Amino acid sequence: MTKRILIVDDEPNIVVSLEFLMKREGFEVAVAGDGEAALREVEAKKPDLMLLDIMLPKKNGFEVCQTIRANPEWRAIKIVMLTAKGRDTEVAKGTALGADAYMTKPFSTKDLIAQVRQLLENS
Amino acid sequence: MLQGWVIASVSFAYLGVLFAIAYYGDKRADAGRSLIDNPTIYALSLAVYCTTWTFYGSVGRAASTGIGFLPIYLGPTLMAGLWWFVMLKIIRISKANRITSIADFVSSRYGKSQLLGGLVTVIAVIGIIPYISLQLKAVSNSFTILLHYPEIVMPAKAAAQPLLQDSALYIAMILAAFTILFGTRHLDATERHEGMVAAIAFESVVKLLAFLAVGIFVTYGIFSGFGDIFSRVESVPKLKSLMTVADTGASYGSWWSLTFLSMLSIMFLPRQFQIAVVENVNERHLARAIWLFPLYLLIINIFVLPIAVGGLMHFPDGSVDADTFVLTLPMAERQEALALFVFIGGLSAATGMVIVETIALSTMVCNDLVMPVLLRWKSLRLHEQHDLSGLLLSIRRWAIALILLLGYIYFRAAGEAYALVGIGLISFAAVAQFAPAIIGGIYWKGGTRQGAIAGLLAGFAVWSYTLLLPSFAKSGWLSIDFIREGLFGIALLKPQQFFGLAGLDEISHCLFWSMLANIGCYVAISLRVQPSVVETGQGTLFVDVFKRTAGAEGSRFWRGSAQVQELLPLIGRFLGPDRARASFLAYARQRGLSSIDALEANPDLVHFAENLLAGAIGGASARVMVASVVKEEPLGIDEVMNILDEASQVRAYSRQLEQKSHELEAATAELRAANERLKELDRLKDDFMSTVTHELRTPLTSIRAFSEILLEDPKIDLEERKKFLAIIVKEVERLTRLINQVLDLAKIESGNAEWHTANIDLHEVIEESVAATSSLFSDKRIGLDMALPGNVPKVRADRDRLIQVMLNLLSNAVKFCEAERGRVTVTLSAEEGEVRVDVKDNGSGIGEADQNTIFEKFRQVGDTMTAKPQGTGLGLPISRQIVEHFGGRLWVSSELGKGATFSFTLPLNGNGAERREERAEK
Repeated sequence: MTKRILIVDDEPNIVVSLEFLMKREGFEVAVAGDGEAALREVEAKKPDLMLLDIMLPKKNGFEVCQTIRANPEWRAIKIVMLTAKGRDTEVAKGTALGADAYMTKPFSTKDLIAQVRQLLENS
Repeated sequence: MLQGWVIASVSFAYLGVLFAIAYYGDKRADAGRSLIDNPTIYALSLAVYCTTWTFYGSVGRAASTGIGFLPIYLGPTLMAGLWWFVMLKIIRISKANRITSIADFVSSRYGKSQLLGGLVTVIAVIGIIPYISLQLKAVSNSFTILLHYPEIVMPAKAAAQPLLQDSALYIAMILAAFTILFGTRHLDATERHEGMVAAIAFESVVKLLAFLAVGIFVTYGIFSGFGDIFSRVESVPKLKSLMTVADTGASYGSWWSLTFLSMLSIMFLPRQFQIAVVENVNERHLARAIWLFPLYLLIINIFVLPIAVGGLMHFPDGSVDADTFVLTLPMAERQEALALFVFIGGLSAATGMVIVETIALSTMVCNDLVMPVLLRWKSLRLHEQHDLSGLLLSIRRWAIALILLLGYIYFRAAGEAYALVGIGLISFAAVAQFAPAIIGGIYWKGGTRQGAIAGLLAGFAVWSYTLLLPSFAKSGWLSIDFIREGLFGIALLKPQQFFGLAGLDEISHCLFWSMLANIGCYVAISLRVQPSVVETGQGTLFVDVFKRTAGAEGSRFWRGSAQVQELLPLIGRFLGPDRARASFLAYARQRGLSSIDALEANPDLVHFAENLLAGAIGGASARVMVASVVKEEPLGIDEVMNILDEASQVRAYSRQLEQKSHELEAATAELRAANERLKELDRLKDDFMSTVTHELRTPLTSIRAFSEILLEDPKIDLEERKKFLAIIVKEVERLTRLINQVLDLAKIESGNAEWHTANIDLHEVIEESVAATSSLFSDKRIGLDMALPGNVPKVRADRDRLIQVMLNLLSNAVKFCEAERGRVTVTLSAEEGEVRVDVKDNGSGIGEADQNTIFEKFRQVGDTMTAKPQGTGLGLPISRQIVEHFGGRLWVSSELGKGATFSFTLPLNGNGAERREERAEK
């Protein structure tokens, strides 16, 4: 079964690159440009994994993460936080809120793919 | 006819009564039941102020100057109102320091200076002797007049009488004997004479009654009441003028100066000081004296004018001296008994004054003049004598005799040159010289010994030259020339028109110059000279007497070691061994010890001994004597100041502490605020760094991702390859722009930016900017209107920077306008002193809350919108910095949904730039 990936980022170019990468790996891809759109997408069709930016319009990544983890039905969704703010406190905060992994921008595409695969295999 | 022996025996009988009262008073005092511990007696004894000068002289003065006699009584009445402040303080100080006389007071205040004590004594003796002679003269005259009863014969000139037939000589001798009996029967530690005070209070009543008797007799016996007398006065123009003050400046001047003079005299005449301060039993008695004493003065003066005008009308030919009206009026009416009573009243006034005055003076002469000399005179071997109390008593007795002798000599010599009141005023002016040193001494810590000495010497010198020497000259002892021509013929030195000051009576003249010299020297030298340790200590004890508990404090200024076995004999030598033992025993018992041997020779005891001795020989001598048997360690000025100021320091410290704690709190608050600001700044910097990092990482993310994609996967088709490369290029551009702007802002903010200031035509700037952004407008098909008048003056600014601002505003306007429907208007206008540019768009507008934040770094409106605006978020902050650099302002006015207008102004004179640069240079 093809795994479904939801990309949440407000930078169009980053979205383009992530979309290309995920599709190339054979995943089904959905895209959201802000936090609220992301939640709508999740509700519409539950993804297996989210690539979640933190600095988002309307609802930031932390809030989105928190909302998802608060819903038992969505507990299985893997969340990879992506952020350009590489501070330790944010890594800790993301992990505490229930993110499964944390990648700092700019990331290595290889690492990202490896991380995504690993998370999906374990599930 | 009154026989001489009748008069003499009545007089002696009266003196006997006085002595009996005094004896009884002393007995009561010894038994511990003080007769004079009574405010009324205290107030009556103060009436020793009223001497024969009042008794006879007031009428004499009233007869020549009318109500001109009043200032002598107005002054004390006014002063009594101040007693609760001034006199109470002096009494408190004197009790705390066992002051025995006015000389002792001055000397103690200025560091127990023997020189000052001696100086005050000399001035007092010289000043008071005429006053004493006045009493002799009055008694002798009244005796002579009474002797011729019922004939009224004015006494011949005193000098004309052979010495041995001169009644004044015998009166002087009798008074001397009487005073010695009264005042020097024993040495008292506190120098108080309770019996004497009781007798003085009694004689005050007698003289008052005698005077009232004459007054009533004249007013109601000879005339028929006040109304009758004054209506008769109305009909005699010469008398009428007596009832008003002559309407000239000088006569008001002398009213004022006489009032002032008598205000000082009531405080500083030695006998007043003796009665009011030294003999005071309880300072609360002052409360009654404050009103009772002025009342006494009022009563004794009620009949002065009736008697004076009665006399003038009764003896219109002027053959009878007005000074004798009190006596001669009853005689003329053949009132034998009344005349005798009047004589006794006058005698009473004279004896009271002479006794108290000579006792006070003799104490001063003994303690402040003779003892200091004798104690220094090693060859007398006084140190080896066991009991000096006898010596002290004989010194005082001799002093009394000598003072009265001098008074008699002055009486013989001065003769008739002066009326009674004139002589009295000379004495008043002399004692007024003590006022600056005493008043200054109790209110001003800065008064110094040298200042007091200089002031006293200067005042005394002026007094001698302007009042005493002229009085000698008028008596014929000196050539009268120096009065008329001035000393050495220099007119400026005329003693009664000193430096050309004319138009004043001699008393006012003397008062003016002597007080000027006295106060001037006192203040000027006090300010120049640094006081010694002892002076500082005493000065503070005196000035701050109310702030300290009496007695115990003095000992704190002393440090050293002493032996009871040495102190006791020392005190014994002056007070008598038995008295000394008794005093020490009382002191020991007071401290709960059973015997003298149990006493510890601590500073308190030394202080007690010194005080005890001070009562006998004065503060200055006592200090010398005590210092001779104890080993004293000198205290430094710092230590004295420390002790003195301990209490006030504690207060000051607590005040300081309070202040310091306030300051600390304030400082803490400041620091906290500063810390908050720093934290805030740190947070801002952190945020900035974090934001910059974020802004850098975002394009890098795309660049890295696409580069890796392209590198790893050579099979990507050309179309996609091109698209990815275009993204990379765009993101690199974005990165570059961002880096440039961050650096630009950092340069502007740190003041390191380069500015090329020139005269700029904004018209050109706008045209150029519009041309540069024309592609943006045409891409989105947004319309652009321009309103650029041609006559706008040039401004001083950096052309490239202004273009940067315009580009920013124009691209922002385009960015927020909808494609096709957007419309941007650029307006240039010249206003008062400045040029204004508006860039108006019809885009989405900016909410009020965001209108300030858009000028903050990286704060792009649109953060919360789905569509992320393009740009770095640094454009507006940089633009604002640029405009403000040239002294202008950049702001926005907008409403959400109704477009926005960004406006900036630049000053026409262009001073803004220069100002900023100048400031930067400084």
